[in-house]
Amino acid sequence: MDLYQELILEHSKRPHRAGLREPFEAEVHHVNPTCGDEVTVRVHVTQDGNSTVLEDVSYDALGCSISVASASMMAQSVIGAPLEEASRVYEAVRTMLTSKGSDAGDEDVIGDGIALAGVAKYPARVKCALLGWMALEDALAQSGHALRAHQATQEGHRS
Amino acid sequence: MTATIPTETAPRATAFSGAEVARIRADFPILSRTVRDGRRLVYLDSGATSQKPRAVLDAERDWYERLNAAPHRGAHALSEEATEAYESARERIAGFIGGPSNELVFTKNATEAINLVAYAFSSGPAAPERFRLGPGDEIVVTGMEHHANLIPWQELARRTGATLRWLEVTADGRLDLSGLESVVTDRTRVLAFSHQSNVLGTVNPVARLVEAARAVGALTVLDACQSVPHLPVDVATLGVDLLAFSGHKMLGPMGIGGLWGRSEILDEMPVFLTGGSMIETVTMESATYAPVPQKFEAGVPNAAQAIGLAAACDYLTDLGMDRVHAHEQMLTERLLAGLAERTWTRVIGPTDMVERGGAVAFVVDGVHSHDVGQVLDDAGVAVRVGHHCAWPLHRTMGVTATTRATVYTYTTTEEIDALLTALDQVPQIFGLHLPTGGEG
Repeated sequence: MDLYQELILEHSKRPHRAGLREPFEAEVHHVNPTCGDEVTVRVHVTQDGNSTVLEDVSYDALGCSISVASASMMAQSVIGAPLEEASRVYEAVRTMLTSKGSDAGDEDVIGDGIALAGVAKYPARVKCALLGWMALEDALAQSGHALRAHQATQEGHRS
Repeated sequence: MTATIPTETAPRATAFSGAEVARIRADFPILSRTVRDGRRLVYLDSGATSQKPRAVLDAERDWYERLNAAPHRGAHALSEEATEAYESARERIAGFIGGPSNELVFTKNATEAINLVAYAFSSGPAAPERFRLGPGDEIVVTGMEHHANLIPWQELARRTGATLRWLEVTADGRLDLSGLESVVTDRTRVLAFSHQSNVLGTVNPVARLVEAARAVGALTVLDACQSVPHLPVDVATLGVDLLAFSGHKMLGPMGIGGLWGRSEILDEMPVFLTGGSMIETVTMESATYAPVPQKFEAGVPNAAQAIGLAAACDYLTDLGMDRVHAHEQMLTERLLAGLAERTWTRVIGPTDMVERGGAVAFVVDGVHSHDVGQVLDDAGVAVRVGHHCAWPLHRTMGVTATTRATVYTYTTTEEIDALLTALDQVPQIFGLHLPTGGEG
């Protein structure tokens, strides 16, 4: 079936830079109450001149292939990235996932996450794909940084 | 006193034949629709909510077309007919579970019914003694409860200072009764448990638990959500004090359910929702209440839904609950056998048919249930994935989530086979390394 692209399965089996690491300024734990999926995300943010950089994003994801792969793809694209760039990726991923299939996504921005485009057709699974991102947004907020310029619609659930 | 309560239905009841199921299915308009690009719907999620036959839909429509008025209010002709239809529905539904109509309270669902009872136990110092809970008192549930039969009791404990305890679940999905007497003690005031687990399919030993509760003077509350729709239930035989069920799981509409209770208990039980039509007299300072069941039915009721549920009970009675049960047993056995052949699956709950109903939860080790469910959904097979509102039970069984198939009277053997066939794609899609003949 279309949904399970090879890239998703690879990321879910061998999540990129998985595990929780030190140092970190904030740690959050999010769950998907309908299925019990869980993710813990830690962020370590540094300043490089005027730019805020996501020096490290570490995570521990327990869940379905979509939620684990999405967290892995997220780590791949945001670790070491400036906050504005991470925000751009988040925005693009989020728009793609909530488009009900009308936005195929921009691979140049989203990277491997483009493989998640098929999730948009399954509204029940969008929450799975956004779980890690919602946690990252929350962790950054707790460390005093806004992942996005404007407010996200709440798709995930804080525990 | 010496008679044993039969736990199995009459041995003569047989599953429905292919032709009979085809006739039954013709009564359910939704079963002929397709999903996901033209695939035939294989609906194996009746444990979440059942589909509705035309007789139920017609009964609801008929109410609105011919009878719609507020029951128990006003004296005009329509109101009289509406009241009569509503009370006739109560009588038929009560009769379906073997009780008199004055022992059946309409609620919106089983969740509300259980909350009604839980709130009765925290109604203040003026309540009758058996409904006053406080520190030192204990509420006992089981480790396999649906959240609807757990959280109301957690909250009751919190409000009153009483202690919540529970009977543990064994690895094979049965209640651990070895410590029954140490859990159900003189301090126990309420024992609330499910008749049939919505996850494991386990049918609990009601008689044994009722006996333990009675021995210590505790009230029993049975969550019969998964039993009333699927097996013959007779409240007089069960011996419990209170019983909750939902209409939408038994071919009836959403928004209607029931609380059955022995009348001397309901008479004493403090009210829950208050307002219009549950009163006898009202002054600015206080009110007295109508007799049971009206005292528990504040506000204009879900009358059309009650009429629809009565039609569902009539429909099930015509089919014969013993045959409905036999049919589900046959399907469940077929599903369990199919899963047993697939050694990469693991059933969470009893793997034989002893004291077991038609909820089958399973896992594919290495593949999350959401992913299993997605593959099945892609083939048109609707199952439930997740923790099925029984999160603590899943933790006990050592799993995050399961895939659950549930059957009903309209389920065919072909649908069980369709589930199994679709399931066979899972190892290949997710690259599971099977012991033999796998993808390697």
